[in-house]
Amino acid sequence: MLEVLLQPLQYPFMLRGMAAAVLVGIVCAVLGAYVVLRGMAFFGDALAHAILPGLAVGYLVGGGAREPLFWWAMGTAVVSSLGIGAVSRTARIKEDTAIGIIFAGMFALGIALISSVRSYTVDLAHFLFGDVLGVGTQDLLLTAVFGGLVLVVVFLFYKEFMILAFDPVLAATLRLPARLMDNILIVLIAVAIVVSLQTVGVALMVAMLVTPAATAYLLTRRLWKMMALAAAIAAVSAVIGLYLSYYFNVASGAAIVLTCTAVFTIAWVATSLNRRIRAVAR
Amino acid sequence: MAFLDRFRNPNLTFLAHPHPHSPDKPILKVEGLTVEYDSGAALENLTFELQRGERLAVVGPNGAGKSTLFKVIAGVLRPSRGLVEVAGHEPGGHICIAYVPQRTQVDWSFPATVADVVMMGRTGKLGLLRWPTHHDWQLVQQALDTVRLRDLADRQIQQLSGGQQQRMFIARALAQEAELILMDEPLTGLDSRAQEELFSVLELLHSQGVTVMVALHDLKIAGERFDRVMLLNRRLVGIGLAETVLNPVQLVDAYGSHLRLLPVVDGTLALGDSCCDDGEHDHA
Repeated sequence: MLEVLLQPLQYPFMLRGMAAAVLVGIVCAVLGAYVVLRGMAFFGDALAHAILPGLAVGYLVGGGAREPLFWWAMGTAVVSSLGIGAVSRTARIKEDTAIGIIFAGMFALGIALISSVRSYTVDLAHFLFGDVLGVGTQDLLLTAVFGGLVLVVVFLFYKEFMILAFDPVLAATLRLPARLMDNILIVLIAVAIVVSLQTVGVALMVAMLVTPAATAYLLTRRLWKMMALAAAIAAVSAVIGLYLSYYFNVASGAAIVLTCTAVFTIAWVATSLNRRIRAVAR
Repeated sequence: MAFLDRFRNPNLTFLAHPHPHSPDKPILKVEGLTVEYDSGAALENLTFELQRGERLAVVGPNGAGKSTLFKVIAGVLRPSRGLVEVAGHEPGGHICIAYVPQRTQVDWSFPATVADVVMMGRTGKLGLLRWPTHHDWQLVQQALDTVRLRDLADRQIQQLSGGQQQRMFIARALAQEAELILMDEPLTGLDSRAQEELFSVLELLHSQGVTVMVALHDLKIAGERFDRVMLLNRRLVGIGLAETVLNPVQLVDAYGSHLRLLPVVDGTLALGDSCCDDGEHDHA
């Protein structure tokens, strides 16, 4: 048994991948609490996809180097996150429509750019589904720094973000700078997405934001407990997912997301059964 | 440390109490207030004053602009024209106003305990980057004592009854140290016992000099439990003592076709506010 657990860890790439996946899982899960409570899942999904043209340009300019990719993705994420907010505020269309327009347009632009390169399919697959075992030391450092930054900001503005999620009218009567705080939250989501790109990729990103947080939502009754439990679920799922990926030879991002989904399903079934049993007992 | 001092400057609205109060001014003064939406005017040319410690019932048919009026006073909504002063200053910047939302507008499954929600009221006093101290938790406990919810402090908010949920929001207003509390339809869906409990808490607020403005459907309760009654239907039909405001002429004026006038034995009139969806009937 111990052998089964230790064997994959002898590879440095496996250790780096695991560290990155756990870090990313924690950051996304904590931030994901707000994504779930404020109903921003579609926004998160869209934002992840909207990063693709930034990745493509970084890829074309940098010729495959990792670090420029990160900064291009970061720039695109922040610009398109604030852009979605601006369009939905000023144009006379609903927010989810604005998100849909920008998301699909940006994603198409990204695919168009990448398709101009010869090794098109392989590179696109890495962007879409992640490549956690390709995480380098430098990547890990960037992930830790920016992921840590996200957690610090979430911690500092805990009570303000909580009020904005629960009662925007109270936020207004208390004179909280709601617009500024909303933009900070959006930028945090953008940063979390960029940090997670290598682990799960663009297409599965939303699962990291939503699934562990939603699982914790079913099981807890206070916001900080929800965040803590979501982080724990995400970290454990990342580790289990990578082992599954190693032994069953499946894509690592998909394995991590499937583990998160399985945990959610168990929690969901257990809580619904529990509720039904209690209803019968009454 | 000039930067830090500037950061903690009390004029930065979300850090501290920004507007000093002028104690000689009425707690609320509204003059020529008009609010226009794309679909038309929600409030037209309202003028009235509210004194400290007063209890005002706001009645009128659905769509009369009660919620709009409350949101303007709370500073959530900007008026199209006119003047609103809270304790002699504009509403933007007052954290002494508490708005108790309609129960249907609250996400009751939010992961928060009763104490968590009441603590939200302290956020304005705390300011950014500061965590609740022992003193703040004590104030929360006191507020919960006042509304008799101390035993339920650790419950998730969904586990409260309708009346308890209303009292929780009053406790939050107390924790906020609010001087003017606006309550939007707090009686909707409460049984008579829960209503009684709510009124005993309002009585307590009255004795502490807190001003309350309550939107209602029930004209009888408005007349019996409040100092003054405001009859609203986009414009101000009347404000004053219940006996003078709630007369048949003004009631027809406010409620129009929604009103049914029924002659009864002792010669007074019973009024059916037929616009109410949950089958409430109001009597005067």
